[in-house]
Amino acid sequence: MTGRSGFSAVTGVVLLALLLASVVLSATMGYMKVPANDVLQVILHRLTGTGSELDPVTVAVVTDVRLPRILAAVLVGGVLAVCGTVFQAILLNPLADPYTLGISSGAAFGASLVIVLQVFGLTLPLGLSIPVFAFAGSLGTLFAVLSLASGDRRLSSTSLILSGVIVAAILSAAIGFLKFLADEQVGIIIFWLMGSLSGVSWQNIVVLTPVALAGLVACMLFGRELNIMATGERAAATLGVNTVRLRWILLVICSLMTAVCVSVSGIIGFVGLIVPHLLRHLIGPDNRWLIVLSFLGGGLLLLFADTLTRAVLPAEVPIGVLTALIGGPFFCVIFKKRQADGTAGL
Amino acid sequence: MARQDSEILWQLDQVGFGYGDQSVLRDLDLQLEKGHCYGVLGPNGSGKTTLLDLFCGLLVPGTGKLKLCGRSLSGWQPRQLARKVALVPQDFVVRFGFSVREVVEMGRHPHLGRFATLTEQDHELVDSVMQEMGVDTLADRPVTRLSGGEKQRVAVARALAQDPEVLLLDEATSNLDIYHSLSILGLIRRRVREQGLTVVAALHDLNLAGFFCDQLIFLKKGRLLYQGTVDEVLQADVISQVYGVDARVRKDVFSGCPQVSYRVPGLEVSRTRLSEFRVSG
Repeated sequence: MTGRSGFSAVTGVVLLALLLASVVLSATMGYMKVPANDVLQVILHRLTGTGSELDPVTVAVVTDVRLPRILAAVLVGGVLAVCGTVFQAILLNPLADPYTLGISSGAAFGASLVIVLQVFGLTLPLGLSIPVFAFAGSLGTLFAVLSLASGDRRLSSTSLILSGVIVAAILSAAIGFLKFLADEQVGIIIFWLMGSLSGVSWQNIVVLTPVALAGLVACMLFGRELNIMATGERAAATLGVNTVRLRWILLVICSLMTAVCVSVSGIIGFVGLIVPHLLRHLIGPDNRWLIVLSFLGGGLLLLFADTLTRAVLPAEVPIGVLTALIGGPFFCVIFKKRQADGTAGL
Repeated sequence: MARQDSEILWQLDQVGFGYGDQSVLRDLDLQLEKGHCYGVLGPNGSGKTTLLDLFCGLLVPGTGKLKLCGRSLSGWQPRQLARKVALVPQDFVVRFGFSVREVVEMGRHPHLGRFATLTEQDHELVDSVMQEMGVDTLADRPVTRLSGGEKQRVAVARALAQDPEVLLLDEATSNLDIYHSLSILGLIRRRVREQGLTVVAALHDLNLAGFFCDQLIFLKKGRLLYQGTVDEVLQADVISQVYGVDARVRKDVFSGCPQVSYRVPGLEVSRTRLSEFRVSG
C-alpha cells in the first residue's frame, strides 16, 4: 500500500509538472510563434505586475487569445475526467462516463433548440444563448433521469443507467427532429455536437474555475467512501456508508460540473471514459488518488488534443472527434492488454 | 476476560418485515445474548438473510420493536452501528482491482473521521487480522485474482478489522469446500472463545451448524419455530417439521456433535441394488 501511494504521489507530481510545462508550451504554439521565455514573462507580468512590458501584440495573443482557451482545455478535460472517475465508482460500472445520465443529450437538445429557433426568426445572441440553453437542457435531463430513477428507493446503478438510456434515447430522437427542422443551419448543430473550444473567453474561465475546483474538492472528500462502494452496496452499507445519499450527492455535483463544461465546450467524448481507465491501470483503483490525478490527466489530455487541432493540424478538427480518434485506439491497446492479464472490465 | 453471559444484544418484540403486501418475517420474538454463536437455520426463503439485514440496520422492521443493547436500532448512527456489528456476505465481490490490504483497510472506515488517515494502531490491527485469517501473504494481490476461499477469508478479515462485537455471517462459507469452510469457521470460533465475539450465522448445512454453533434458531416461512441450544433443538422431529425431510440425529462418536443423516426412499433402493451388485460381482 505504502508503495502504491508513494507511486501515486510521484505520478501526481509528474503529471502536474507536465501540465504546467504543456500550458506554457501550448501558448508558444500557433499561427504566431512566441518564445517560451516571452510567454513566461507575460504570465508573470499579469500575475504579479512586475517585469518588463512586452510587445503589445504578443501580450494580446498570449493573454486574450491563447491562455483562455488553454485554461478552458485544462479545466474542461480535468472536470470530465474527474466526473468519469466518480460516475464509474458510484455506478459500479467501468463503462460509465460523465454523459451516462444523458447530460450530453440534454445539452445538445438545448443548444439545437436555440439554433432552430434562430432559423424560425427568433433573434437571440447565439454566443450567449447556446451555453445558457445547453446548461438548462442538462439540468432538465438530470432532473428527469433522477426522478425516473428515484422510484427505486435504493437508487441502484441499474435503475440510474437505465433511466439515463431512456431519457437520452428520447432526446436524441428530438435532436434528430430539430436537425431536420434546422435545414441549412444543421451544420452549426453538428459542429456544436462535436465540441470545440475555439470560442472560449475569459468570462468562461471565470465561471469554469470555481466550479471545477470546488467540484474537485467535493469529490475528493468522498474518496474513501467511493472505494468502499467497489465492494458492493450491501457491504458498503454495513461499513456505515450511506450509499443512497452518497449517490445523490455525487451525481448532482458531477452532473452540475459536467453541465457547466458542456455549455462552454460542447460535447467532448472519451476523456471522461479513458482517463480514469488509464490511471487505474497506472496507479491502481484508490479513488483518494484517482480523483485528483484524473483532474491532472484529463487536463493534460484535452490540452494536448486542443493544441493539436489549434496549432498543429492544417485545419481545425472538432476536438470531440480528435479525442475519440486519439483515445480510441489507445483504449483498445489497454483493453487488449488487460484481457491478456485477465483484468479486463474491472 | 470475564464474560457477562446475560448481556442482551438484540431484543426483538413482535418484529415483522415485508415487501409491499408480501410478508417475509412475521411476529418474531427473540433475544440474542452476548458471547454466543448463533446459527439461523431454515429452508430457502424462510427469512434468514432478511433477519441478518435487520440486525445490521440494512432493513428497518415494518412492525414491532427491534432494540440493540436496549436502544431502538433506528437510534443508531450507521457508522456507530458499523463499529459494533460487521457482516460477511455470501459472495464477496470487489470491483476495480483493489488489493487485499486496501480492502481490509476499508474495515477501519467507521472508526475514521472524514479527513483522517490510518494511524499506526490501525495498520497494526489490519496486519494482525490479515495474519489471523492467513491472507497476509496475499496482501498486495488484487482481490479479483483470488480463489473463492481466499476471497471469503479477505471478507472475514475486513469484518474483523471493523473491530466489531458481533459478526454476522450470511452463508459466508456456503460456496466453499469443507476444508476452507471449516478453517474459516474454526478461526472465527477461536475469536468467540478467546475474545467473547458474538456470532450470528445463517447456515444451510445442519451438520456444520451443530458443529459450529451453540444456539440454533429455526425459521420457516418467516416465523420462528424453535430456538434453543444445539442439543435441545437439533432433533429429528424439528428437522422434519422445518424442512419436510425424513431425518435422523445421533451423537457422533468422532466429533461429539449431533450428526444428521437423511432417508430418501429413492436413494435407499439404489443402495440396495449397489450392494447386490457387489455381492454378485
